[in-house]
Amino acid sequence: MYPRAVVERARATGLDIIAVTDHNSTENAGAVAEAAAGTGLVVLPGLELATEEEAHILGLFEAGTDLGPLLAVVYENLPDVPSKRSFVKDQVIVDAEDGVTGFNPHCLIGATRLTVYEAVGLIHGHGGLAVASHIDREAFSVISQLGFIPPDLELDAVEVSPLMTFAEALAAFGPHTAHPLVRFSDAHRPEEIGRAAMEFLLARPSLEEIRKALAGREGREVHPS
Amino acid sequence: MKLTDLATRLDLKVFAAEGKLDRPVAGGYAGDLLSDVMAHAGKDDLWVTIQVHPNIVAVAVLKELAGIVLVNGREPAAETVERAEKEGVPILGASAAAFELVGRLHGLGVKGS
Repeated sequence: MYPRAVVERARATGLDIIAVTDHNSTENAGAVAEAAAGTGLVVLPGLELATEEEAHILGLFEAGTDLGPLLAVVYENLPDVPSKRSFVKDQVIVDAEDGVTGFNPHCLIGATRLTVYEAVGLIHGHGGLAVASHIDREAFSVISQLGFIPPDLELDAVEVSPLMTFAEALAAFGPHTAHPLVRFSDAHRPEEIGRAAMEFLLARPSLEEIRKALAGREGREVHPS
Repeated sequence: MKLTDLATRLDLKVFAAEGKLDRPVAGGYAGDLLSDVMAHAGKDDLWVTIQVHPNIVAVAVLKELAGIVLVNGREPAAETVERAEKEGVPILGASAAAFELVGRLHGLGVKGS
């Protein structure tokens, strides 16, 4: 995680808003937001929650939200790990200058004991938007893990990966879900930032505006980029 | 029993780490939820699964598994093969479904830990 590289790459690819959604943690979002100060880039904090069913759900929150309480619940529900855990060295906690300030000791690559319903409830309970991650992918999607998108799961949107075009996604998934469809980069490396994006028509670059755009309310809109 | 013996006896395809088949198999574990395998598989177990994505290699390394057998004729993703070669994790394949393959393994003396 290199906040400065993330911000540079986001600006270079013409993005105005990004969300930082690390697996099961939000601890590096603040550093990215700080690195973006003065650049015009808006950074929203978030996470990609791994549910008990091993489906991934994105939680996106308003800038400046105190996600401590939410994170406590997530960490509490992650598996306890044996003392031999060489993966911890990869779980860096960074500052805005790309400096490593610590290591996250939790099993972030694991699945929580939260069901998809609990995960969505937790995200909503802290004012966030819940988006089913990469539903087109064979692994870790609500469709791969549950067989379908539960109609009573209160998602704010469903996401497809860059692996398909938005048109292909609409054709494949549009008829099967009432939720708005989005397509984002799911960037795990700086060079992947900006490979997919959505265009929003908003009054200001905030989560509340994005929420309205996804719902098609009050003249706010969302379109494929 | 060695992994190479099992591969021969069950006519398994070898997708990765062909040079690492000369290792003992202590038992077997079947499962497709990575969290479940991480919680319950034992060292030197042979893992039977349909999952083909690269994270299966990480799980195999973490749990020190003997290897992975993909069932239902599934083939590993390219990145999975790459990682498996790098980490020395054997990935094999069977056309049979998990239930059938586990039965055959059990018959050859590979039991659950």
